[in-house]
Amino acid sequence: MPFHHLTLANGLQVLAETNPGALSVAVGFFVRTGSRDEQAGESGVSHFLEHMAFKGTKRRDALQVNRDFDRIGADNNAYTSEELTVYHATVLPEYLPQVFDVLADILRPALRDADFQTEKNVIKDEIARYEVRPEWLVYDISRQRYFGDHPLGRSILGTRESIDALTRQQMLDYFQRRYTSSNIVVSAAGNFEWNDLVALAEKHCGAWNGSNVPARDLCESPCRSGLEVIARDKFKQEYVMMWGPAPAANSPLRYAAEVLDSIIGDYTGSRLYWELVDPGLVESADFSYLDAEGAGAFLLSFTCSPENTASNLEIVAQVLRQVQTEGVTEEELRTAKTRLASREVRGHERTPRRMLSIGDDWIYLHQYRTLDDELAAIDAVDAAAIHQLLEKYPLRDFMTIALGPLSSL
Amino acid sequence: MGLPNADIHIHQLENGLTLLVERIPHVRSASFSISLQAGCAYEPADRRGLASMVVDLMTRGAGPRDNRELNQTLDALGVDRSESAGVMRLDFSASMLARDLSKTLEIYADIIRRPQLPERELEPVRSLALQELESLADDPPGRLLVELRRSYLPPPIGRDYRGDLEGVRSITIQDVRHYWQRYVRPEETIISIAGNVDGPSLRDQVEQLFGDWSAGPIPPIQLEKWTPQSQHVSEDVKQTQIGIVYSSVPMSHPEYYAARGAVGVLSSGMSSRLFTNVREAHGLCYAIGATLWLFKDRGAVVCYTAGEPHNAQELLDRTLHELRRLPEGVEEEELDRVKAGLKSALIMKLESTSARASGNVTDWYFLGRIRSLSEVQQEIDSLTPRAIVEHLQRFPPTNFTIVTLGPEPLKWQAD
Repeated sequence: MPFHHLTLANGLQVLAETNPGALSVAVGFFVRTGSRDEQAGESGVSHFLEHMAFKGTKRRDALQVNRDFDRIGADNNAYTSEELTVYHATVLPEYLPQVFDVLADILRPALRDADFQTEKNVIKDEIARYEVRPEWLVYDISRQRYFGDHPLGRSILGTRESIDALTRQQMLDYFQRRYTSSNIVVSAAGNFEWNDLVALAEKHCGAWNGSNVPARDLCESPCRSGLEVIARDKFKQEYVMMWGPAPAANSPLRYAAEVLDSIIGDYTGSRLYWELVDPGLVESADFSYLDAEGAGAFLLSFTCSPENTASNLEIVAQVLRQVQTEGVTEEELRTAKTRLASREVRGHERTPRRMLSIGDDWIYLHQYRTLDDELAAIDAVDAAAIHQLLEKYPLRDFMTIALGPLSSL
Repeated sequence: MGLPNADIHIHQLENGLTLLVERIPHVRSASFSISLQAGCAYEPADRRGLASMVVDLMTRGAGPRDNRELNQTLDALGVDRSESAGVMRLDFSASMLARDLSKTLEIYADIIRRPQLPERELEPVRSLALQELESLADDPPGRLLVELRRSYLPPPIGRDYRGDLEGVRSITIQDVRHYWQRYVRPEETIISIAGNVDGPSLRDQVEQLFGDWSAGPIPPIQLEKWTPQSQHVSEDVKQTQIGIVYSSVPMSHPEYYAARGAVGVLSSGMSSRLFTNVREAHGLCYAIGATLWLFKDRGAVVCYTAGEPHNAQELLDRTLHELRRLPEGVEEEELDRVKAGLKSALIMKLESTSARASGNVTDWYFLGRIRSLSEVQQEIDSLTPRAIVEHLQRFPPTNFTIVTLGPEPLKWQAD
């Protein structure tokens, strides 16, 4: 499928993969900013700003923004991570001009003070919503513990206190610092003409300020270890999360890391599945590779009855030790690669998924990758690559947090 | 843009099983959904949780393969799958590359027809089921939904698939085998396949795999007489959970699209009334929305929201106000937005083989036929504010069943 790329005079980058057979168009604005880019006193501002984008612009109030998405049947959403804020929408091909207009418009929000104050309540309710869900709570706490002072340890949502204390001026300063056109990538996939997309980008984004963005703090993440038990007796189950180092997003070892993720932690047939889930020792168990700019982590988690926590931790240690010392089998490698390739092909059939992949690849790897590139990279992972990965990022001394009824382990 | 014509083959086996095949030529994948007439409504009252355990056991060894071989074979084919026990159905779904469909179907014929249901797997399955029940204690929104169904729907269709501790603890392998024998039957079974596949050759394969599966009647369910009851569950949670239900129409009803339109006005998109007037204008909640619960013989509108306890009374008041004023009128413009959302979802679903496979099951189960895209589009196009208001006058948002879960009970005016 044809790929196109253009950088506007103000630094905004436009990427597109056109597919005349698709039934829809997906467009996303990727702003290279998130909680890791927040300064002291700004905790939660990236995510709060994402909400404020939908509260109105010079041309539209909040209701008009939402109506303009809905009137064209757009499937739109936004998310904020530690290092990206993405606004995206999928529409039928004839609505590309309208959806581009609204998306571009909300990237220049009015940040009206009355909306700012009302939205604080919604954010605080979102914080409350996460606090009652132990699987989210343990993720948030353990990530902060693992990364500590490293920028990736910062909370995305912030706290009630940080949200209460945040001023509109602080948000405006953050916006001017981070939402410049040189820090934004537009990605599109589906059924449309490249020239039409370029014209839309010139028209709606050409006048955006393109001043340089301060460089991101890419210091090495510390490798913390140790065990901490956080007693919360209102929960009935024990929620365990374990963190260890892994390759950064742009590392050549990342495909090996994805294959290892499937071998150890896929939802069926993986090592953790057979050792913990199949025998009914845990309700669920997972091993995931999380990649970020300049840092990565392996995240192992399980949920179980409190009385089984200690013995399950021993089993986990045994699983990790065995992989570390003996590596993986040829059959495991083959199966994991088939599973990843099958998911890649199926994901490719959905324009929103495609648009997100193209944006991510460009931001993290500075390249366009076709489906065949991905399939070849997955296929190239062999026992030697896994060995190299384990040498560099050994599955040892994972930092462990247990949250639930237990007070010690 | 005109609507593409769906390429659908329907084939009825003599034993009552229905095969639905939708060919989507521009993809490389295939998905299927096998849906059986069984579920937790068919469990004995003292064996609650059984259907879900049966489903888990069916995938732990089938045909010539034991648990490990079965799982490894599916994993090696790159199949992503899920199984679930609903109230009235058991569902087995899988997605894969189209070239692996035939091999995968063979394995599923074993899972459905020749599960080993081995006794040694019973304790692990029970342990998982017990932990799932325990986890519900840590999931207030999940618990609210369980209570809401139980309060509103007549037994046994108000049941939750997780069952109860006593039931799960007392289930034996004989219970599992008996349930499978009695309820896993070809009648009312739907095999729905979508993707880059060939209808005629799939018909031959499904005939070969399922044609000699012998039929036997599935005992019908007796609904108990039931009066829905509101209730408050007193619990110290950080967010008061609120659920509201009122009766609507089933999918086969002539006013089904009007009901969908009315729910859309409340909840479709970010310009809908609940999102705009409750969340955006007052900042009372993060999550708010309404949807339809559908059964063959009935439908209901369900509204869920949650907010911090000090806001909960106002949140409930404003939500009820939006529901009650709905029959007063719907604007042309807001209905146009709902229609645009319904139409674009209809077309975008065509890009997902799993959405098509499960969508066709829904049509066949509720309507006994597959709606064409142009039929659905026509129904959506013909919706008018007047038709919706007239529908709401016949099926008004009233006689609410309200369940709240939080530190303090809330008040509301009875109708």
